[in-house]
Amino acid sequence: MAEYDYIIVGGGLVGSSIAYGLARQKHRVAVLDGGDRSFRASRGNFGLVWVQGKGANFAPYARLTGRAADLWPQFTEQLTGETGVGTDYQRSGGMHFCLDEQEWEERVEEMETIRAHTGDAFDYEMLNHDQVKQQIPQISDRVLGASYSAQDGHVNPLYLLQALQQGMDHHGVRYLPNQVIDKIEARQGGFRVHASEGVIAAGKIVLCAGLGNRPLGEMLGMDIPVVVDRGQIMITERLQPFLNLPTLHVRQTAEGTVQIGYSHEDVGLDDGTSPTELIKIAHRAVTMFPLLQRVQLVRAWGALRIMTPDGNPIYQQSTQCPGAFTVTCHSGVTLAAMHAGPVAEWIAGSLEQDLINKFSTDRFDVSQN
Amino acid sequence: MFRRIEDIGSDTVTLWIDKREFQVPAGISVAAAVLLCGFDKVRDTPVSGSPRLPYCMMGICFDCLMCIDGVPNQQACQVEVRHNMTIDYQRGAAELPQQE
Ligand SMILES: Cc1cc2nc3c(=O)[nH]c(=O)nc-3n(C[C@H](O)[C@H](O)[C@H](O)COP(=O)(O)OP(=O)(O)OC[C@H]3O[C@@H](n4cnc5c(N)ncnc54)[C@H](O)[C@@H]3O)c2cc1C
Ligand code: FES
Repeated sequence: MAEYDYIIVGGGLVGSSIAYGLARQKHRVAVLDGGDRSFRASRGNFGLVWVQGKGANFAPYARLTGRAADLWPQFTEQLTGETGVGTDYQRSGGMHFCLDEQEWEERVEEMETIRAHTGDAFDYEMLNHDQVKQQIPQISDRVLGASYSAQDGHVNPLYLLQALQQGMDHHGVRYLPNQVIDKIEARQGGFRVHASEGVIAAGKIVLCAGLGNRPLGEMLGMDIPVVVDRGQIMITERLQPFLNLPTLHVRQTAEGTVQIGYSHEDVGLDDGTSPTELIKIAHRAVTMFPLLQRVQLVRAWGALRIMTPDGNPIYQQSTQCPGAFTVTCHSGVTLAAMHAGPVAEWIAGSLEQDLINKFSTDRFDVSQN
Repeated sequence: MFRRIEDIGSDTVTLWIDKREFQVPAGISVAAAVLLCGFDKVRDTPVSGSPRLPYCMMGICFDCLMCIDGVPNQQACQVEVRHNMTIDYQRGAAELPQQE
């Protein structure tokens, strides 16, 4: 019998959530992670648990995200209860500012589409300038209004990762960092992974290696299309609280810093920063919150998003090598509660998941369309 | 707690640290001055409120944050002393900047 029930390749937020979820169901799990030089979206993201705007082009994604957000309060409570690590999660509601009429109209249309996709489960409100100002007195006159959803919230994503790592440890997961994988063999009844640690065998394998998933997928007969998208973020000195809920571009953390995002750039595998993008990001933030003009920045960084061709997650079991799965997605913070729960159950086969089956790579197959 | 191991020049400047007057050698950093004057903290942290002193003295750790001439969260190890400078503890997170 193989030593493990599951090998998870990749120990970012996605792999850690799934490993934690499987281990809580008493499965024996090993996580093979890369080294500190790898690209790691989980250590450079914006920390939103965000529903509004997700899935306008794909109804199942709107439903998946809504469910994830609804599972978050219980998920984080359980995680903190088991590990003692708080995640600073707040379901405070969230706002997306509109600066002109056109943005406002596009926003209404997108929100209505998502509401229809979710059978009214997604709830939102459009707030005018005065209504926003009532909640956040620091906004500028340039803010025309905002879409608001009570389902949105935010979290400290580094504490979340730390909590998941301790949660894995708590449930007996073996975590192996600095692994280079040479070969994966699919055999009758299981998989053998040739890694730096040696040969490790398990009944099933889940590829959660983010940008590393494409070549790993090829070893298991899966075509995993991964698209890179760089985002840049800045963070300020610690300030007295002034922003009691996150907005899409500016949020104040529980510890007082103000996180300012973000950009989208197609620059390949380069996670650096560039003055041109940082200027745009800073300019937009100051337009929304003039007080930021006189606040000091402490740091700026770039991180690479793991995108799919249509922006929606991939949940796929290999048809060529059954027992091999992949989870490849953006918004791994938001979806963490879903991954540790229903997605882990789907992988374990203990749950028939109509919703999750909609995220297979079949949708990219031209013969299907 | 600290004393200088050599005397470089006799120029001094006047500083107001926590509203008290001190004479310190010209050319040193605010962090060095605060240590030289025997203070046992430069700030209280915003999250746990614990007292801190400068740590790396080279601009990396941000443990030396102070309010210098009314501007909060300055890295005291990166600022040279000037005549009549006012230096205060950084107490927790900075006040919000006043809008003009
Ligand atoms: C700028 C930015 C802002 C974002 N903001 C948000 C947000 O506000 N809310 C939200 O929900 N999401 C956000 N995201 C997305 C979120 O960060 C990602 O979806 C999530 O971190 C992905 O996690 P992951 O585990 O798939 O990937 P990663 O964190 O990249 O982890 C992949 C892991 O796999 C390992 N690996 C790679 N190849 C191999 C290999 N061959 N063998 C072994 N291990 C390997 C790596 O070492 C790494 O540890 C943001 C992302 C970015 C870049
Ligand atoms: S003492 Fe480390 S930054 Fe000043």
